Amino acid sequence: MLAIEGLSKHFGGVQAVHRVDLQVRGNEILGLIGPNGSGKSTIVNVVTGVFPPTEGRVRLRDRDITGWQPHRVLAAGMGRTFQSIRLFGGLTVWQNLWVAQKAKSWLAVDRASMKKIEATLEFCRLRDKKDELARNLGFGEQRRLELARVLAAEPDLLLLDEPAAGMNAAEIEDLRDRILALKQRGKTVVLIEHHMELVMGIAERVAVLNFGVKIAEGPPAAVQDDERVREAYLGHRR
Amino acid sequence: MEFYLSLLTLFGFRILLGLSAYVVILTGQISLAQAGFYALGAYTAGAASSMWGWPIFPAILLGGLVGGLFGLLVGFPALRVRGLFLVIATLAFTEIVRMVFLNLKYTIRVGDRTIGPAAAEGFRGITYYFQNGWSSLQIVAFTWFFVLVVLLAFWLMDRSRAGAVLRAVGEDELAASSVGINLTAAKVAAMTAGGFVAGLAGALYAHYATYVSQEDFGVLLATFAIAYALIGGTGSVLGPIAGVLFFSLLIDGLRFLGDWRNLLFGVLIVAMMNLRPHGIIDVGLVRRVASLLRPGGRKAYAGD
Repeated sequence: MLAIEGLSKHFGGVQAVHRVDLQVRGNEILGLIGPNGSGKSTIVNVVTGVFPPTEGRVRLRDRDITGWQPHRVLAAGMGRTFQSIRLFGGLTVWQNLWVAQKAKSWLAVDRASMKKIEATLEFCRLRDKKDELARNLGFGEQRRLELARVLAAEPDLLLLDEPAAGMNAAEIEDLRDRILALKQRGKTVVLIEHHMELVMGIAERVAVLNFGVKIAEGPPAAVQDDERVREAYLGHRR
Repeated sequence: MEFYLSLLTLFGFRILLGLSAYVVILTGQISLAQAGFYALGAYTAGAASSMWGWPIFPAILLGGLVGGLFGLLVGFPALRVRGLFLVIATLAFTEIVRMVFLNLKYTIRVGDRTIGPAAAEGFRGITYYFQNGWSSLQIVAFTWFFVLVVLLAFWLMDRSRAGAVLRAVGEDELAASSVGINLTAAKVAAMTAGGFVAGLAGALYAHYATYVSQEDFGVLLATFAIAYALIGGTGSVLGPIAGVLFFSLLIDGLRFLGDWRNLLFGVLIVAMMNLRPHGIIDVGLVRRVASLLRPGGRKAYAGD
């Protein structure tokens, strides 16, 4: 589905990401983990066209999308959420989804697209909040809206950048069910997370980054036992 | 009566100018180019009606179209800069337009009169209204026809997805592009629409004033365009109207204070920015009023 080939991103002398190869298969949940500053969010930003890579290619379903602008990447079928919530605060919840939707008309709202928005709001438990301004929502609701908004654009592949950040246990449980439901619906999910329990619980494969380099990749159990992963997270064994 | 009709006509130009800045501000851009578009509209429409013998309606439209065309041209390079740099770049555009008209000499003789842009002497003889014996009332009606059409168009746009998209771009460009909004298209469209409306305003102004000069189209006019929209508020198309009323009442209503007026003027603007930082008519106010007007309304909104 998504192929990242030899991707590097350098900011001046800093190698945020260095020659990373990563394959995402259709309809899988891939966990992307790593300590703070290991380059996870940089990969998301480069892959979705926020900034161009220093070198390497990005392919989405055999199309080379390297360096495409974010709106074209989305149109090609890959959407993302933000680690720090970035909603349209002055718009209502409903409008946040409306602008993201691939609508046929710029002026009127047709019944079909309205239904789709309602269904997405229902899925993210935001239906009773639809006329609220996004900035007046609570934190958990804003996180759900962040997801609902990108879902409104109907991408096949979702890059979720730390969707569980700041959530309590019940909210994480809720998020986990929602991600599994997305997989059921045929979506492919790349889950960039710090919350190990969540990632290890639902990801089929996990890739680990450290200092911008991929140090391990495989099923969760194997990755957890990997010596290099333990070192990255816990430091050298004495 | 004549005085009030004149005032109403002046309000018309100012509201159009404020609306032209409003649509650009929705996308988060502050543009000082509106005065340049206004000048282009004024000179082109003036030339069309007084020198080329065009009827008034197409002449005014031509002024709008030329403003819109330059809005499109300014829109593309302006995408590369934002914030203060955009302010400087658009100010440069307005100054370039002014300098071109300061040097443009293109006149014809009609009887014993010289008509047309005569470089530093300005453009005399845009006398369509007077040659055709229009009354003040007719001029007001003609001006406000355009004001109302633009207000209606913007009001409809604001309620449409297009309006929500422009606001989304203004709220957060990165988020907007990541949910599929083409930033280039949104910003250039806003600049083009703003250029068109400013061009219309300039075209109408030229025919009302009969004489225009590049001096009228400088940074002060550009600043007022933004001030109408920002002080008035960008929550609704009614915002620029509130802004025009606020400034016009200050400027004309406080004349009796003499020199103290300028001092109070500044104080009031500072006070307004503190009392209503998002303008007189902001999103919160629009929502509160809407909830009161809704059937069974008075269900107070939490927050804001």
